[in-house]
Amino acid sequence: MSEQSAEQQLPITLRVNGVHRSASAPARRLLSDFLRHDLGLTGTHVGCEHGVCGACTVLVDGEPARACLMFAVTAQAHDITTIEGIGHDPAALSPVQQAFAESHALQCGFCTPGFITTITAYLDEHPDPTAEEAREAISGNLCRCTGYQNIVTAVLRAAEIRRERGLA
Amino acid sequence: MTTRQVGERVQRREDPRLLTGNGRYVDDLGRGALHAAFVRSPHAHARVTDVDIADAWELDGVEAVYTWDDLDGRVAEPLPVLIPHPAMTHPRTGFCLARDEVNHVGEAVVMVVARDRYVAEDACGRISVAYEPLPAVVGLENARSAARLVHDDVPGNVSANLRQEVGDVDTAMASAPNRLTLDLEIERSACMPMEGKGVYARWDADDGSLRLYSSTQTSTGVRAAVAAKLGMPLAKVEVVTPDVGGGFGVKIVHPWPEEVLVPWAARRLGRDVKWTEDRREHFVSSAHERGQLQEVEVGFDDDGRLLALDVRFWHDNGAYTPYGIIVPIITATQLLGPYKPGSYRVEFWSMYTNTVLVTPYRGAGRPQGCYAMERTMDAIAAHLGLDRAEVRSRNFIQPDEMPYDHGLMFQDGRPLKYDSGDFPASLAKLKALVGWDDFAAYREQAAREGRRVGLGIGCYVEGTGVGPYEGGHVQVETSGRVNVATGLTTQGQGHQTVLAQIVADELGVRLEDVHVTTGDTRRMAYAVGTFASRGAVMSGNAVALAAKVVREKALRIAADALEVSADDLEIADGVISVKGAPGTSIDLRTVAVLSNPLRYAFDASAAAATQFAGTFDPDKPPVADDDEPGLEGQDFYSPTQATFANGMHAAVVETDPVTAEIRILRYCVVHDCGVMVNPMIVEGQVHGGVAQGVGGALYERMVYDEGGQLLNASFMDFLVPYASEVPHVETDHLETPSPLNPLGLKGAGEAGTIPVSAVIASAIEDAEGFPIRSMPISPAELWELRRTRATDPVPAQEGPS
Repeated sequence: MSEQSAEQQLPITLRVNGVHRSASAPARRLLSDFLRHDLGLTGTHVGCEHGVCGACTVLVDGEPARACLMFAVTAQAHDITTIEGIGHDPAALSPVQQAFAESHALQCGFCTPGFITTITAYLDEHPDPTAEEAREAISGNLCRCTGYQNIVTAVLRAAEIRRERGLA
Repeated sequence: MTTRQVGERVQRREDPRLLTGNGRYVDDLGRGALHAAFVRSPHAHARVTDVDIADAWELDGVEAVYTWDDLDGRVAEPLPVLIPHPAMTHPRTGFCLARDEVNHVGEAVVMVVARDRYVAEDACGRISVAYEPLPAVVGLENARSAARLVHDDVPGNVSANLRQEVGDVDTAMASAPNRLTLDLEIERSACMPMEGKGVYARWDADDGSLRLYSSTQTSTGVRAAVAAKLGMPLAKVEVVTPDVGGGFGVKIVHPWPEEVLVPWAARRLGRDVKWTEDRREHFVSSAHERGQLQEVEVGFDDDGRLLALDVRFWHDNGAYTPYGIIVPIITATQLLGPYKPGSYRVEFWSMYTNTVLVTPYRGAGRPQGCYAMERTMDAIAAHLGLDRAEVRSRNFIQPDEMPYDHGLMFQDGRPLKYDSGDFPASLAKLKALVGWDDFAAYREQAAREGRRVGLGIGCYVEGTGVGPYEGGHVQVETSGRVNVATGLTTQGQGHQTVLAQIVADELGVRLEDVHVTTGDTRRMAYAVGTFASRGAVMSGNAVALAAKVVREKALRIAADALEVSADDLEIADGVISVKGAPGTSIDLRTVAVLSNPLRYAFDASAAAATQFAGTFDPDKPPVADDDEPGLEGQDFYSPTQATFANGMHAAVVETDPVTAEIRILRYCVVHDCGVMVNPMIVEGQVHGGVAQGVGGALYERMVYDEGGQLLNASFMDFLVPYASEVPHVETDHLETPSPLNPLGLKGAGEAGTIPVSAVIASAIEDAEGFPIRSMPISPAELWELRRTRATDPVPAQEGPS
């Protein structure tokens, strides 16, 4: 005989990438799992599930946050932006995405969405960083492939592209 | 003319997809599949006396709970020894689920399959396993003493003992005017790809077939191993490697227990099943590398030239040896680097411990070998009061001595014979890049400012592109799209770009028309895998050969259609034209139509190939006896031996006189991987390799307690460097083509990592003025060394012998 799972489904309404979504999830369901497996937004990657690597970084009301350290229910009424919300069309890259492609700032691509969300928010606040500031800005995310050098370059290049596109 | 693509810094074809959340890694697949989770041993060494799973079944959503008793057929047998070797007298491998004994913390004991991972882990928490703990063997000293055994039937904890000797070391050593001994130590680290392992099995009950997605470095290897374990015909198993979030070696091991159990459970349940490794699982149940104790004795003349080199080392292979003794063999052979040793003897013992198994991690034994050799070079220079670069230079193999045969057997069972390289030129470039000759002035200036700086150097040679083979398949569709397939897998190396660059050149088509598939057994059934810096060398040459086959066929068909000689034709941008008469031409896509004689026209262009179109010779069949329909071809590249890349690194470090904090001020790399297909990608590989090397030199180590508990199994405690710890890397390149393959390529993937521990040790030693003999090194350890030196300035076990 199976025990009924004690998990109560809680309703969640939130905005994800500009779209109002209604769903339900148990209280313990991580925001990262909710985005990936319930909403099918698999661009948010999970690298450690303890908040260190930053691969799962999304924007909560515009601020970078680790989706693996939030419960889905705590995103209630908040505005979430994932990598798909930054730019989901391979033919229409955002400034940061474009800069990553030009600068060879990714290899396996697994940590990349967390960097893109982090840098996107950073440049909104700091549109013209120095190389040193750019390095500092990405120092909360782990990448095992690139050695970070080209990511630093990409931050600077993204700032340029923003200006070229009249976004900064 | 088409712009030549090879050699260009082409932006990566895979990036727009990966940058926009459109990558597909294994955990992105299989929505709706059941999830597996595992109960893993909390003990390093214990007998399993009882497993009580009853409570787990009480949970809603649990579909299956398996122990070893449930396994059947070959799934219940030990996992394979992938690379047997005559010197491996005592190979041991684990079971997919522990039968009656566990040999490291993290070994899988029970498998749960449930509705989702949350329920599966809940169920794991309800399972009680009774253990009878046994004494654990942790660390090489304990393994060597053999007071306790990991495996009862393995005397001395030795899995393998191998000795190679070239020349008469004893005689040369006895007569050498100078002799030194060094005791060296290097600790464990691990690959730590940002994506752990993962498996997703789709079982088709109607067809009796299995499609397995795995985050692996070898899809063909997994396919063969899983088919054998599950007793299935190979034709009923296909393995697809989707996007992979980094490998660095750990994913070349196969089959991992989960790669067998997940498809086995899927077949048994008639349901799709997936498993995604979490970070803690990756720490305690995947693989580590590096840990060795080394004893070096070296004899040399008064100019610092090597006369005899005698190396003994002990290699910690962990609890099991599925990957054989590849890592210590590589240490033993690649230790020699760019130098002539005079005479050389190397002997190693591969030792069991009750820890996570040890298999190749980027560099794969070379960082340890390079560390031993380069520490020795610095010791010789210090002993004779010579410049460290000069001592290295005097021992170099010279360009006119290539090919240079060391007389040893390499990791592929073939001779350790360097094919090409210009070590003096590399060193000259490195000295210029780092400002070697100006460093003394810089050091003096720093000293006046109260700062302590040091300059370090390290040289290596890396055997890359080992066989046995890789294949390439090239197909031109009637749309002009060119499909390229190779069997090895991709974990971020940019194969979709570099292989497309090669095919674009060889076939004469536009880069954007070329589409590359890797690691999919449906498209290329014969392949080996991605390891040993072999992707570009092996698959690059294979797709080039396949493209040549297609080009020849295209020219032959075009020659018939244009009624000219094939010798007068050329292909550029997908158009075949008569040389000097570009008006007479035919598109490659039209040739693709003509290559496949049709009865049925599927579109307007295809009508040209149907039976009532055009003229034909009624005495000849539509497809000639020695021909095949379709504009496609396949070929394989199989080299006689590895091709040897090389490089030299230098670093400037600063050590804080008070806190012993270690900072890398500059890091310089001169790298020679032959012809560079895409210099942008090569530099990216070097940057990433150096970053992993820096991690291994200063931050990363696996901290086991004496009971075999891994104390730092998280990213909070195991310190993968952030951007704040990794230096800016300055690079320069030499391109000495390999004479061994048509494209002149050598591998580049692992190179950046190999000498970093040696270089940083050299630089710290230079800054501090006393020998560094154990790596990695933390500020606390450096501080302790300073304190010890102050009270006891002569190292106990070192000096002239």
